[in-house]
Amino acid sequence: MIPVEYFFILSGLLFFIGVFGFITRRNLIAMLISVELILNSVDINFAAFNRMLFPNGYEGMFFTLFSIGVSAAESAVALAIIINVYRHFNSDQVNSIENMKL
Amino acid sequence: MAKLIMFTILAVIILVAAIFCVSTKRIMRAATALLFVLFGVAGIYFILDYTFLGATQISIYAGGITMMYIFAIHLVNKRTLQGLSERWSSKRSVVAAITSLIGLSTVVFILLKNKFIKETLSTATSSGELSMDIVGNTLMSPEKYGYVLPFEFISIFLLACIIGGLVILNINKKREEK
Repeated sequence: MIPVEYFFILSGLLFFIGVFGFITRRNLIAMLISVELILNSVDINFAAFNRMLFPNGYEGMFFTLFSIGVSAAESAVALAIIINVYRHFNSDQVNSIENMKL
Repeated sequence: MAKLIMFTILAVIILVAAIFCVSTKRIMRAATALLFVLFGVAGIYFILDYTFLGATQISIYAGGITMMYIFAIHLVNKRTLQGLSERWSSKRSVVAAITSLIGLSTVVFILLKNKFIKETLSTATSSGELSMDIVGNTLMSPEKYGYVLPFEFISIFLLACIIGGLVILNINKKREEK
């Protein structure tokens, strides 16, 4: 059996790689991809906690399912907004958006 | 032991693909690396015996979301697709690296030194794969340990997202007509 600490270390590394990408990237889609990395690391933690620490319950598994659904909806809406921003400002960089009002 | 080797291979794939994903300058390569990360996470779910979760991960994340990203990149990102890359500010990446290192050390230290986790680990026994009828019944059950309320919230949330997307598109259309 795999020690549960390995899952913590893996998901912690993945989370902070995502945070690093979110801070450094200036492209809206690249920032969104970093957010997906962060969400995936949290899902790993949910599943590992459920399987290793409380194998008789199903909470971690179901909340991972819900989190996958929420992230699908979130990325769809975010991409719609990004495409609109591109149509309006002709750019997909963060610096080009100076005020929120279109 | 076999599981440990598989876990190590998957972890190396996930971390290398994730580092490539945040460090490459071309956005299309970042999307491809994201696909590898998602497949690796699905493999982690298979190792944990959550086969339903792994199948969901592959079909929704790797099948749906990555396709959506690739189409959005094609719609948005002509400049980067032609090979011109974005500029990097070295000061910003130093700040980001320091922030992530501090956060990573804090989180890993807390998780590894937690007594609660160790106490629970000694009593827990691992059970096998989750059968499909348990998944379906628990998802639709209104009783204790049932998930019908979050399930309905998700459905309302998806409806709100559909309406929100349509509203955003309509705002743009009206502006173009004026």
